[in-house]
Amino acid sequence: MEAVQKTIDQELLETPDLSHLNASDYDHVYEPREDSFLFLDALEKDINLIRLVKPSLCLEVGSGSGVISTAIARLLGSSSYTIATDLNPFACQVTHQTAEANKCHVSCIQMDLDSMLRMNNSIDLLLFNPPYVVTTSEELKQPGVDGSFLHLAWAGGVRGREVTDRLLNHIDQLLSHKSLFYLVVIKENDPDEISKAMALQGFKGEIIASRKVRNEMLSVMRFQRG
Amino acid sequence: MKLLTHNVLSSKCLKGVSVGYPLRLNATDIKVVDVDYNSEFVSRMIPKINYSALYDAAQSIGHLNGLPDAVVDDFESNEDFLKAVHHVLLEVDIVSGDLECPESGRKFPITRGIPNMLVNENEVNEINGSNGYNN
Ligand SMILES: C[S@@+](CC[C@H](N)C(=O)[O-])C[C@H]1O[C@@H](n2cnc3c(N)ncnc32)[C@H](O)[C@@H]1O
Repeated sequence: MEAVQKTIDQELLETPDLSHLNASDYDHVYEPREDSFLFLDALEKDINLIRLVKPSLCLEVGSGSGVISTAIARLLGSSSYTIATDLNPFACQVTHQTAEANKCHVSCIQMDLDSMLRMNNSIDLLLFNPPYVVTTSEELKQPGVDGSFLHLAWAGGVRGREVTDRLLNHIDQLLSHKSLFYLVVIKENDPDEISKAMALQGFKGEIIASRKVRNEMLSVMRFQRG
Repeated sequence: MKLLTHNVLSSKCLKGVSVGYPLRLNATDIKVVDVDYNSEFVSRMIPKINYSALYDAAQSIGHLNGLPDAVVDDFESNEDFLKAVHHVLLEVDIVSGDLECPESGRKFPITRGIPNMLVNENEVNEINGSNGYNN
């Protein structure tokens, strides 16, 4: 009975319409795949908590196609403002288009992570599906042969943590007191160790969704001050 | 780019820049759009934004539209005030122009509504690090 009640109460997170994008767009921008969909599923399960926090300012770092930020911007409507960053200029344009095609607004800014944002504890909801694949550090710095940004969608450097860690190391200045932060990781990123590093900044973290995809063990972590 | 976005941007991570806020705004193309008004949201945003930076930015591009120069005391219940803030925060959209660091003068172009705030690795403070892909 209780289980039934739960299914009825569960609000759904609509997957944004991406039909405005075609195969050639995905030559330049990360195409949503299992990690993106696990992320959406995890956020859907957390809708009640997200609504409880009443985020005024949301930020997605590395928005790619914009599938995640658009889902959130639609969910929260006029009660919130969503900002998305990506260092890939095509991703910024495509995120902008995806929001528009889904009749919502996402403010897109081309930048490295959150580097050009004011650090004054203003972000209430932070979302990051980072480049998490284990690679050499060189791989993550090098521009693609054709000036392409696509490899930066997955190349994560040592332990797949180099990009993620640059965001985590000052997270305390970025997030508001009531904030929620969701992060996609794989097993090789060492989620336990991420939790420990975040605990030092006063955040408690837990894995709220996991899925094995081919040989990758994907998880979504949620952090809150506590 | 909405003025709400301008309000949260800073160039503090640039080498030699100590405050980097607010960024100077030069607009060459501005579009005014209709955005659903949510008084409760605007009222929640007031304590989060830097009001004088918003006021100055709106004034510098000639889009004050009656915005008062300071937050009114009864802002939570003052619909006229909240509507004026709503308009300036969300309905004034910069399509092209640039943002400029108030200290170093470094310019960041805004094209098709999207600011490009990507800098070279050698422009930022060491502690911030960077992907430095375009070095
Ligand atoms: C795994 S993809 C995720 C894309 C999208 N959020 C999704 O879930 O489908 C990672 C994204 O982060 C961007 N990215 C990588 N490094 C970045 C950095 N240092 N700053 C900003 N964005 C970055 C990539 O360009 C890519 O769009």
